[in-house]
Amino acid sequence: MDFVSFLIQVLNSLQYGLLLFLVASGLTLVFGIMGIINLAHGSFYMVGAYLAFALTSLTGNLLLSIALGIPLAFVFGAILEWALFSHLYKRDHLEQVLLTYGLILIFEELRSLAVGDDVHGVAIPELFSASIPLSDNLSYPVYRLVISVVCLALAGGLYWLIQKTRLGMMIRAGSHDRDMVKALGIDINVLYRTVFALGVALAALAGMLAAPISSVYPGMGSSVLIISFVIVVIGGVGSVWGALVAALVIGFADTFGKVLLPDLAGLMVYLVMAVVLLWRPEGIFKKA
Amino acid sequence: MNSRTTTFFKLAVMAGVLAFPVFGSDFYAEMIAKVMILAIFAMSLDLLVGFTGLVSFGHAAYFGIAAYAVALLTPKYDPANLWLALPASVLAAAVAAFVIGLFVLRTKGIYFIMVTLAFAQMAYYVFHDTPVGGGSDGIYLNFKPDAAIAGWAPFDLNEPLHLYYFVVAAMLFAYGLLKLVLRSPFGRVLVGIRSNEHRMLSLGYATFRYKLAAFTLAGALAGLAGFLYAVLFGFVTPEYLSWHKSGDVLLMVILGGMGNLAGAIAGAVALVGLQEIFTSVTKHWQLLMGLTIVAAVLFMPGGLTATPARIMARINGGKGNV
Repeated sequence: MDFVSFLIQVLNSLQYGLLLFLVASGLTLVFGIMGIINLAHGSFYMVGAYLAFALTSLTGNLLLSIALGIPLAFVFGAILEWALFSHLYKRDHLEQVLLTYGLILIFEELRSLAVGDDVHGVAIPELFSASIPLSDNLSYPVYRLVISVVCLALAGGLYWLIQKTRLGMMIRAGSHDRDMVKALGIDINVLYRTVFALGVALAALAGMLAAPISSVYPGMGSSVLIISFVIVVIGGVGSVWGALVAALVIGFADTFGKVLLPDLAGLMVYLVMAVVLLWRPEGIFKKA
Repeated sequence: MNSRTTTFFKLAVMAGVLAFPVFGSDFYAEMIAKVMILAIFAMSLDLLVGFTGLVSFGHAAYFGIAAYAVALLTPKYDPANLWLALPASVLAAAVAAFVIGLFVLRTKGIYFIMVTLAFAQMAYYVFHDTPVGGGSDGIYLNFKPDAAIAGWAPFDLNEPLHLYYFVVAAMLFAYGLLKLVLRSPFGRVLVGIRSNEHRMLSLGYATFRYKLAAFTLAGALAGLAGFLYAVLFGFVTPEYLSWHKSGDVLLMVILGGMGNLAGAIAGAVALVGLQEIFTSVTKHWQLLMGLTIVAAVLFMPGGLTATPARIMARINGGKGNV
């Protein structure tokens, strides 16, 4: 592999890993703070991608669609938390697995009823449709770089939100001791609803950003879901920074696995997970 | 229901199952065979989820590994020998469960759920991506295993009726084996681990070994189910190991009521029955399935087998949940 194609693969790994981080961060927050195992999280990614497709066919502009889609996804998440997930906090993990498994089936079929089962493309916004030439015959699309930058900015934003704001303080406190947070007079229900909706919005945003490069297809949620699980496990449940590191590790493992060992590409990610778990059974950044 | 009516009910069901293929249609006989195979699968998972407290979300891996084992052991133009292929397939599943168990049993709770899922996905990709298992197309099993011992065949699995009773025998075997295991001191330790692992540890039980043994046994029985499934339908695909299969079998266990072998069987009946009904109603049957699952979790804690008691309590003027 020469330097330019190596560079391209590195950029692809970063972009893929950072995109996965958007999905996994919401998943790990919902685990860490509410103790909810949410299989339907991948569906939010799928919903985001289809939202991008539907809104872009209406507005003709992906960027505008994303601006519209994020608040929609946030509200959708808040409603879902109110209607279903708020009943799950006191149930055991098994029932959570089951209910959210049922939700996957519902979302997939609703998607099939609403949009059908065809694969759809979404156009890259005109603004970012250029490519940067790297050598005589290789170039790198600007849009992928934009995705990486947006994801990095969001990771920074999440850091700021969790470490520096009052809401973040409540989130951190809530993940340590929810009864104490309640006793201090913080409305835990509002906190949970906000965090859940935030997770949904992040996953949907990941789907919207990915729509032009991966296209929009049935079942796109479940592959992302399982990879996100692996990331959450490797990073340590509840740790957003663990999720970031793990997402990048998985991004590199998957991308380079596909290039170097195409036959074992699907396995690569899980091999990494097995090795990490042998070394640290509760993830790299296990929370106390 | 008191224990006498329960026993009577079980015997009546058993008699119905035994008599069915004599009077009923082939189509439904095959469906009942499928239900019984899935019941073995669900009972094997119930040993982990219901009795040991280990929520495995990757149980389809062992089902699929045994199914692939029999497909790979069957030569292209000849049947495999049943008495070789069956133990070999079950052993393959058991070995896989043992090795994976060494990893996953180091984790607990949410981690255990996700790690079992991830390992099952790994097994899925082994068959999906590598040339071992014919990729996403899977493999056809052109010949059902041959039951001959030194030239003499006690039965012939190509006969639907023989295959049906072979499946009945396998299910009774799995049920009896699990009953025995659960009644043994070993089984009591497993139940102890479910209710309080720390206490079992301080009582001097090496709980890891017990859990590993249970995990391996559950894998082997899931393998038995996978073997039968492959033989019944004559082909294997990576979908046998997919996480949807793991989800379905978990659903059977919970629908039926955990920690109750008869419940696991009831769950298998309920799930296949619901699928049949919903697919006859609409192409989008999974929507109805999903709604049923969500409703079952929200309104029916304890599963099917606990529901009659809950209803009776309501009728008898009891104030609430049992």
